Amino acid sequence: MLITQLKPKETIASIAGSKAFYITCEGCREVYFPEEEAAQLREEAAGIGSLVTDYICNPDNLMFQLEKHMEKLNAADTIVVFSCGVGVQTVSACFTGKKVYAGCDTYPLPGGQGVTPLEYDCDQCGECHLNSTGGICPITACSKSLVNGQCGGAKYGKCEVDKDMDCGWERIYRRLEAAGLTDSLLYPVKIRDFAVE
Amino acid sequence: MRITELFDQGKFVITAELAPPKGFHLDHMLKEAKEYLGAVTAINVTDNQSSNMKMGSMATCKALKDNGFESIFQLTCRDRNRLALQSDLLSAAYFGIENLLLLTGDHTRVGDTPQAKPVFDLDSVSLIHTVKLLEQGVDLGGKELEGEPPKFAKGAVVSPCSDSIDAQLSKMERKVMAGAEYFQTQAVYDSEKFIKFMERAKQFGVPVMLGLIIPKGAGALNFLNNNIPGISVPPDMIEELKKDPERAKAGITGVEITARIIRECRDYCQGVHIMTLGWESKVPDVLSQAGIA
Repeated sequence: MLITQLKPKETIASIAGSKAFYITCEGCREVYFPEEEAAQLREEAAGIGSLVTDYICNPDNLMFQLEKHMEKLNAADTIVVFSCGVGVQTVSACFTGKKVYAGCDTYPLPGGQGVTPLEYDCDQCGECHLNSTGGICPITACSKSLVNGQCGGAKYGKCEVDKDMDCGWERIYRRLEAAGLTDSLLYPVKIRDFAVE
Repeated sequence: MRITELFDQGKFVITAELAPPKGFHLDHMLKEAKEYLGAVTAINVTDNQSSNMKMGSMATCKALKDNGFESIFQLTCRDRNRLALQSDLLSAAYFGIENLLLLTGDHTRVGDTPQAKPVFDLDSVSLIHTVKLLEQGVDLGGKELEGEPPKFAKGAVVSPCSDSIDAQLSKMERKVMAGAEYFQTQAVYDSEKFIKFMERAKQFGVPVMLGLIIPKGAGALNFLNNNIPGISVPPDMIEELKKDPERAKAGITGVEITARIIRECRDYCQGVHIMTLGWESKVPDVLSQAGIA
């Protein structure tokens, strides 16, 4: 199981643009999700639209659910996703030119992990980094789980550990570059907190 | 002496890199250093380079200092968590080691002990930040240090000939923001690429030392080109080494090429760093042919 916890209100206020669209995923039985708090936050934020749905970790299901909201989604300047880290990465991969941000941090609990496609792996680290990395998780996409940018170990875009594995940080850079958001990599020095529970 | 003081004085700084042995006998290394590296400002000592287990960088730096050489302590995040890194930094300060090169480090999988657990609790950027905190008298946990805080020259690395140059520059900027005071580059063989890189990197206002590995032959250079991240070799350079294999084997061609790269890049960098890989004996010729010693 896993548990998602809303990021602080101030954090969400600072990432959501004036025309934010909110996606909330409440599908997975394996996820404890703070439904009431998220609903209250969406109401207060007054974005241009919102959708409460389920299993957004499945890209086909996600696109099916979003179909009716495409006009607003295209008009949105930000998409804020309240889900586990997998859901945020799925949405981000579907809207690569847009700012897609995580509204939650994901923590692990023992037990099943729901429907989580491997290509959108979430380590449930409890301090979601997706908001500064273009919606690609540096913990799972980088073999060293680096949180401050790429190391010098990539050659032709491949990781030094496995030549079949794309360098996670080059993927992050390219995603941000495509969205014109490389400045988001100039965040303050990050140091992981392994005591997070 | 901190090498940043020399950059501040506008001096062109020359450093060489030595790897500690797999063992604890430094006689050979010290003999080579005395014989061939008298003209370099400081000797940079690798930290289990390429994830191969060797004698420690700190002890080797101390031995070099005891023998009259200024040293640069390479410190990677691969083998130590944040407690061990900070502890080693304080130990280095006790030994009078004032120059650091702070790196993330290669993954354990690429070296001679692939079974080892890779640590990477910190990375190059957060390690630079940590050193800066220690210099302010506080550790990473926010606790005050006793007595006078240490003071280091904080170095970092960058790959000017990487195939993802924008991402490299972005990481370089993060290192500068974290407190990096000088840079040492991955080995450069393509002067044109280096100069183009420096035209963009000069905005950070931080000294950059041109990294060099003397090519030992066409085969060796081809291997570096195909396998080592951040290395890009122009095809005609490999042809140049192929022309006369005996000259290449004796190191004559390699020395000429290295000296030529230095001459071409000298106006665009603030120093050079020669990674000797066993060819300490060629360093004096490189420096004299380049006209810098």
